[in-house]
Amino acid sequence: MLLINPLWAYRGFILGSVKREFQTKYRNSLLGAAWMVLNPLAMIMVYTVIFSQVMKAKLSGVENTFGYSIYLCAGVLTWGLFAEITTRSLNIFLENANLLKKLSFPRLCLPLVVVLNALINFGIVFALFTAFLIMTGSFPGLVYLALIPMIALIMMFAVGLGILLGVLNVFFRDVGQFFGIFITFWFWLTPIVYPITIIPEAGRALMVYNPMALMIEAVQGVLVQGVWPVWQSLLYPLVLAMIFCVLGWRLFRSRSGELVDEL
Amino acid sequence: MGTITVSNLGKAYKQYPNRWSRLIEWLDPRGRPHHALKWVLQDVNFTVQPGEAVGIIGVNGAGKSTLLKMITGTTQPTTGGVHITGRVAALLELGIGFHPDFTGRQNAYMSGQLFGYSDEEIAHLMPEIESFAEIGDYIDQSVRVYSSGMQMRLAFSVATAHRPDVLIVDEALSVGDAYFQHKSFDRIREFRKLGTTLLIVSHDKGAIQSICDRAILLNAGQLAMEGEPEAVMDYYNAMLADHQNQEVKQEVRQDGKVQTISGTGEATVAHISLTDDKDRPLAIVDVGQSVRLCILVDVHKSIEQLVLGYGIKDRLGQVIYGTNTYLKKQPLTNVSAGERYQFDISFPANLGPGTYSVQTSLVSHDTHLTNNYEWRDLALIFNVMNINKNHFAGCAWIDPTIEIVKK
Repeated sequence: MLLINPLWAYRGFILGSVKREFQTKYRNSLLGAAWMVLNPLAMIMVYTVIFSQVMKAKLSGVENTFGYSIYLCAGVLTWGLFAEITTRSLNIFLENANLLKKLSFPRLCLPLVVVLNALINFGIVFALFTAFLIMTGSFPGLVYLALIPMIALIMMFAVGLGILLGVLNVFFRDVGQFFGIFITFWFWLTPIVYPITIIPEAGRALMVYNPMALMIEAVQGVLVQGVWPVWQSLLYPLVLAMIFCVLGWRLFRSRSGELVDEL
Repeated sequence: MGTITVSNLGKAYKQYPNRWSRLIEWLDPRGRPHHALKWVLQDVNFTVQPGEAVGIIGVNGAGKSTLLKMITGTTQPTTGGVHITGRVAALLELGIGFHPDFTGRQNAYMSGQLFGYSDEEIAHLMPEIESFAEIGDYIDQSVRVYSSGMQMRLAFSVATAHRPDVLIVDEALSVGDAYFQHKSFDRIREFRKLGTTLLIVSHDKGAIQSICDRAILLNAGQLAMEGEPEAVMDYYNAMLADHQNQEVKQEVRQDGKVQTISGTGEATVAHISLTDDKDRPLAIVDVGQSVRLCILVDVHKSIEQLVLGYGIKDRLGQVIYGTNTYLKKQPLTNVSAGERYQFDISFPANLGPGTYSVQTSLVSHDTHLTNNYEWRDLALIFNVMNINKNHFAGCAWIDPTIEIVKK
């Protein structure tokens, strides 16, 4: 309650900020909000039409011609959600230094705005992707519901990590630089663009330590094979997400006073 | 409702000897500090009662803004705490968070949201905000095309759309044209009448003396003085010449007013009196009467050039008239220790009825900032009464002849 009350009191500011962020992006364009749909639509088109029809990329063990496209979209879109939340939270306090130094408001509004924004972006692109699944007859059915807790888990993981890094980045600017490099490696070390089967056994064994690989694998499983996730495999990412959230929260609590002095 | 209690407040910034020290400190298992503290504010205690108006003054870097930031909650204190009751509105820096690409209206919403208003509340307040800001059609244009004065008008209107229990104002108000400054001060005065507690930082003597009940002087991060605005302003004025290694002392006069005397003491005023043109001392001066201000000055050390200045202040402490022997091209040169000079200053007392005070200064040039031998506030107090003139308004007697012609 200690956390929720001030945030609820500032819901006007939070929702307003989310709205404004979209407005800033599109306000001086002629098509305006249409770009919100056109951009992700183009992305989905590239991944689906180009890869399935032009390059005829196939996923071993999957009959569907769109198999690889679905695999790719499932991974890239979920990773996109994770990356947007973490990289934006990373700089959220630095970007809003002026606001934080001059006005008194619940600081946690800022990461919340990031999360809501990312969720809306993800919602749009994922809705388009879902429409594509239905049109091509690849909709997995009831299993689709399993995505809800999994997306929630990924967001929790991203928020915890994002706040942790965001606070650290104020004190040690190297954190931001380092994470920029780190996340690129992380993306390529996670089976998103390539199937896990192409990496050697030894490498595959290491994948159980990569929380993103486990979570994305579950999402891919739902969307490509239409199978329920193996919930036990998500236990490790869940524990890690909780640890990040607690650590992030504690670091934020203990350093939020000093944080403003440092901006 | 509307109290501010500041107790034992202090703020220090951490200073690390090098870039790695912070990391070492964070990782040190013994939790030993690896930084030095730089104190910018220490041991500040004061209370502001409901409905009271308190002004904070001090030179740049005295800690005024840090104090306000801690009171509004943007910066956390290192020691002590601040306790506020009632709803607070702070005008620390107007127009913070204004986005140039959005219209004035949209920015007003955003600003309001940052003050914690809901959208319905802002929608309800919007007509009032628009009419107070008086920026016309600009309200629906992007803030990019606003002048800084227009931005500040809008920001002030949003910030004061609701009467807060506590209003905290930084120097922000000095922006904007004279018209809007008056308008905003009127709004602040109106809030005060309705019971808003006010805390204001300003360098404007007039502003502090006309709205504040009390003033606080901060110097080098510490509370140097607290009291009646005029006395604090006089002390502050004396302190501005502090680098000359001089003494500042304040005495309470018989009438309860605080007299400030400062200076390095090479020359002092020994006696001051106000007489009529027949050398009879005056307690009450008639409007327009010829008077003589007689000032005896003792010289204690040889001085190259000595200038006597004086000013007549009204009851609010505003200088009505002031001049000095430098401006009158009569400075004394090469005066030596032990000499005494008498200055007879004659003038007609063309003043309106009321109480006036005389301040004197003994300096070497035009101002007291280079060499301040002695600065004496409230050196003399006298009353002006209207005995035989027609009734008139104001603090100056500028008697006209009026000719009326029917056309």
